[in-house]
Amino acid sequence: MRATYILCLRQLKRYRRSPARIIGSLGQPILFLIGLGFGFRSMFARAGGGNYLNFLAPGIISMAILFNAVFSGIEIIWDRQFGFLKETLVAPVSRLEIVFGRTLGGAIVAMAQGTVVFVICLIAGFRIASWPLLPVAIVFMFLIALLFTSIGTAIGSVLQDMQGFPLIMNFLVMPLFFFSGAIFPAAGLPKALQFALRLNPLTYGVDGLRGALNNSFALGLTTDFVVLTILTAILLAIGSYFFSKIQL
Amino acid sequence: MGEMIAVQDLVKNYGDFCAVNHVSFTVTEGKIFGFLGPNGAGKTTTIKMLTTVLNPTSGSIRVNGHDPTREQRAVRRSFGIVFQDPSLDDELTAYENMDLHGILYGVPRAERIMRINMLVDFVGLGDRKKDFVKQFSGGMKRRLEVARALLHKPRILFLDEPTVGLDPQTRNHIWGHIQQLSKEEDVTVFFTTHYMEEADRVADEVAVIDHGKIVAQGAPSELKAKTQSATLEDAFISLTGHAIRDEEASSADRMRTMRRAWRGGGRR
Repeated sequence: MRATYILCLRQLKRYRRSPARIIGSLGQPILFLIGLGFGFRSMFARAGGGNYLNFLAPGIISMAILFNAVFSGIEIIWDRQFGFLKETLVAPVSRLEIVFGRTLGGAIVAMAQGTVVFVICLIAGFRIASWPLLPVAIVFMFLIALLFTSIGTAIGSVLQDMQGFPLIMNFLVMPLFFFSGAIFPAAGLPKALQFALRLNPLTYGVDGLRGALNNSFALGLTTDFVVLTILTAILLAIGSYFFSKIQL
Repeated sequence: MGEMIAVQDLVKNYGDFCAVNHVSFTVTEGKIFGFLGPNGAGKTTTIKMLTTVLNPTSGSIRVNGHDPTREQRAVRRSFGIVFQDPSLDDELTAYENMDLHGILYGVPRAERIMRINMLVDFVGLGDRKKDFVKQFSGGMKRRLEVARALLHKPRILFLDEPTVGLDPQTRNHIWGHIQQLSKEEDVTVFFTTHYMEEADRVADEVAVIDHGKIVAQGAPSELKAKTQSATLEDAFISLTGHAIRDEEASSADRMRTMRRAWRGGGRR
């Protein structure tokens, strides 16, 4: 437990001490929020979709969490290259304690960034339909954060250097974001795309978060929660497995 | 005096490349043991296997009486290590790096605070402990790593080229600390280096490894006598030859070697 605690705390300290990262990773969500949110607003309303900003905001919050979570997980590669990873791997603690600490810390950092984006959405004009469901929204934010930090951990444990990073961003993270229902509703999509959306873990996160904030679930609160929890558990196990197999 | 490290018939293969080839040696408790060899001879690979981060292909290892492949935790508690490359967190302060290490190793709080302050003072970083490690020079980082490796009172201290890239003043300084600490804290020291005069000066015993095999072992004076050399450097060259070696393979290079081996040497 002590290893989990101290390594989690380390992630939080590093986050707090790097304002460049905090500000830098806000750029993309703000761009999407303003660019898409205001760009497609009138079109979305004319098509009968309602307030696009209210639809989009949960998707953008999910996006911020997704990107930061994967990034936090992949930080293992940096720690490997800058040497700190070795220090933890020769310590008399189990790899599980180490990987839990790292993943939990990364997930909290991703959630913190998601919360900042949340506030920015509120400033931009996003309105929450039902405040009592806010705790549900927070649970979904945390599940998204934990799930994708675990994916990042698994990737970071297998990759040896950062050269595969653009590959991960363009062929995993961006598609996960685009085909999750974060920026457009699943209804009316071609069958193949609808199917792809159903296979994407983020779809359930976005739907859960949007459901809680807008009080309208497309897939259902129970489905979202159960699928996301099971997937998070599985991916946490996979991430931990790959991390435990690291040899120097 | 018991055996602190006992290695028998140790082998590590990467595909068809044999990095460590049937190596056997012992290190007596309380001694300073130098593990010498040219680049790519298998020094770092051996240290990795002794310190539980790499599994051997075959052979047996005992570190402080424990097997690194099966009793990892007992072995890890027994040693402190200064790696070849820096392993500090640059974004934390010197004190935080020490504290994190102490917590990972389960050193109780009161003892942790006491030993951290004692050790950073000892390596001359007492007034810099609140500074971020990223502001430190190479020599200061090394000294901090030595202090950190000793925080949990290990029985063995592994030093993988602890003085590489440092000026003679800093090297002397670091060795002075290590020798004094090994005496005061009764620590067995296992180190590798390319500086032969350094090994000659500090080591009680040395082993010379080349192409994954141990080619000579004994006190520096014995090796000099055996090869009829005036210095350990001459003895080293007479034992390992004049050929210049390739730089030790990085992990990425090794991955390529492994992949090549799996594909039957198809890709070059």
